[in-house]
Amino acid sequence: MKFKGGIHPDYHKLTADQPTVSMPLLKRYVVPLSQHIGAPGKLIVEKGQEVRRGQALTSPAGFVSVPVHAPTSGKVKKIGEFPHPLGKPQPGIEITADGEDVWCEEIVGHGNWRDLEVARLRDLIRDAGLVGLGGAAFPTHVKLSPPKDKPIDLLILNGAECEPYLTSDHRVMLEHAAGVMEGIGLLMRVLGVEKALVGIETNKADAAKALEAACPDDLDIRVHLVETKYPQGSEKHLIYALTGRRVPAGGLPMDSGVVVQNVGTALSCYEAVHLGRPLTERIVTVTGSAVKDPANVMVRVGTSVAEVIDFCGGLTGSVGKVIFGGPMMGIVQFNLNAPVLKGTSGILCLAESEISQFEGSPCIRCGNCVDACPMFLVPSAMGLLVERNRFADLGGYHIMDCIECGSCAYVCLSRRPLVQFFKRGKLEWREHLKALEGGVS
Amino acid sequence: MLMPTAILAAIGLISGLGLAIAARVFAVEVDPRQEEINDGLPGANCGACGFAGCADFSAALIEGKVGPADCPVSDQATRQLLGEILGVAVGESARKVALIMCQGGLSVAHKEGRYNGQASCASADLIGGGEKLCSYGCLGLADCQEVCAFGAIEMTEEGIARVIPSRCTACGKCVAACPKHLISLVPTDAEIHVLCNNTDKGAAARKACDVSCLGCKKCEKSFDEDPRIVVHNYLAKVDYRKPPTDQAVVEVCPTGALTVRLFDHQDQEQRPL
Repeated sequence: MKFKGGIHPDYHKLTADQPTVSMPLLKRYVVPLSQHIGAPGKLIVEKGQEVRRGQALTSPAGFVSVPVHAPTSGKVKKIGEFPHPLGKPQPGIEITADGEDVWCEEIVGHGNWRDLEVARLRDLIRDAGLVGLGGAAFPTHVKLSPPKDKPIDLLILNGAECEPYLTSDHRVMLEHAAGVMEGIGLLMRVLGVEKALVGIETNKADAAKALEAACPDDLDIRVHLVETKYPQGSEKHLIYALTGRRVPAGGLPMDSGVVVQNVGTALSCYEAVHLGRPLTERIVTVTGSAVKDPANVMVRVGTSVAEVIDFCGGLTGSVGKVIFGGPMMGIVQFNLNAPVLKGTSGILCLAESEISQFEGSPCIRCGNCVDACPMFLVPSAMGLLVERNRFADLGGYHIMDCIECGSCAYVCLSRRPLVQFFKRGKLEWREHLKALEGGVS
Repeated sequence: MLMPTAILAAIGLISGLGLAIAARVFAVEVDPRQEEINDGLPGANCGACGFAGCADFSAALIEGKVGPADCPVSDQATRQLLGEILGVAVGESARKVALIMCQGGLSVAHKEGRYNGQASCASADLIGGGEKLCSYGCLGLADCQEVCAFGAIEMTEEGIARVIPSRCTACGKCVAACPKHLISLVPTDAEIHVLCNNTDKGAAARKACDVSCLGCKKCEKSFDEDPRIVVHNYLAKVDYRKPPTDQAVVEVCPTGALTVRLFDHQDQEQRPL
């Protein structure tokens, strides 16, 4: 099925055919405490302490929280504020590598997931610090613990990778097809579902073939090709494309009986159980015309962006922008000392000539954004409300259903910063609701 | 000819009588002082007092819920007048003026990126704190200018906001609008100010801006006892309860964050009320 709205940007998948390469061990890593949505973990190491690779540096603080782990063996040099991809400095742990790169002795495989208790599997996934690797970095174990009144009958694996430039999920599916399939089986066991669907855009048919070939006999996993269209990788749109089910406004996938996980997350879940290894590295697509040798790189969490770019031959020409993630939803970086996080799927370096600096002009009511919005919202009206500081009226336009995909801004003839409007608008709308609640009580 | 005239006259008479009766029966008691107070209030309907407008405020005044000094934009003479009407005592209070605690204009504050988006400080602040390396300084996108009902804020050529003291009524709306919390209401008789809000350590602050406060404590130490300027968290702050008076103190500041600003309101312009 095809969803309404969306756009067809140029895909620029420069690195689709490049096998993943690993980065050599570095001297210094900075692991931020907060790399996921939810509460940052509580610190359990101190300055000067020796740590080994995979050793937990924090413990979860609450249910929606996961630990972070040491990317290599070495010494905790400093605990303090460090540059963070989100812009403002945030607390992190600096580790000086000792060059030995030995795994923590507690790290042992837990055997076949088919023989393990569901609760145990869920704990293993949490303790491995697993978050959604597609970009939003929502703790995986939370998604795997749906409330009792929301029965789940289907697991969907997101291999759409609709963002232009990014190829990290593509490489995961090609290179680790067997691991991904085992991971899917594991997730199915945790959720207690019989069936799983994998959604892959038509421009990655080779990945679909690889996965199909790797499917174990005892699992009902079907691989489907879906239309190549942005934002196909949005979970709500993938659910619709694969099943025809609609997630109700303001709801989550579990409201329609589905849990969606990224294919990379499935692989990491498998590794966390089979090898006992926590999430300390991930595939990052380093790409764009301003980087010398675009590549898919296995990068340890905590590596600074500058080091990753240097590994790929450095920057060339005049660089306009460096973005964490893809060009549609990624976050622009101010500071190349910011570290790669668990949710960093790509580092996109665009040349000066490729980015446009512009001033948004007034809305001309052409309606392009309304046609492009895959959530059936009215971006033009919401943008005007935010511009005029009329935040209290945003609720009527269902601003919280906006997925910030940027399709509206992409087609806007007046080049209005619509997504920025909505990010601000969501914040102010939440404040407004809080103020209302305060007034009542 | 005669008939229609008579009918119209009769309708007019009856309606007029009806109105006259209604005016008596449904009359709303208005405190005679309300009109007097309304005339005395600034009449800008700026909302800085928290009420919907000046009329609302004057009603609250008569009910005794608020005092004359609760209109933040009124001057001492207005407050005295209101006090006389209401028969309450009005204490002396120093006139205040808004001051933007940043002089980090384009030529002195260093940038770490280019901001290309909605021209609003509050929105720009959400994106890594704006384009300046200093995450405390004025963003120059005029949120304060927009909320000022008195036209008392202008944007300088250097791209930062400046308060026009003669127009400022210290209503405090700009203080609330600034996402960087850069604006303070200071007494008009204070002459020496620290125009910086950067609490980073000296080296980082200097790297970010040529006129930042480094937290070097030279100003604090220049007082033999009872310092009127105190450094806390690498940022000097003037104690506005007893502001320093000797302008020579600004000489010790290595960056110029400590400066003299005089709010000369002798030649006050007519307020645009």
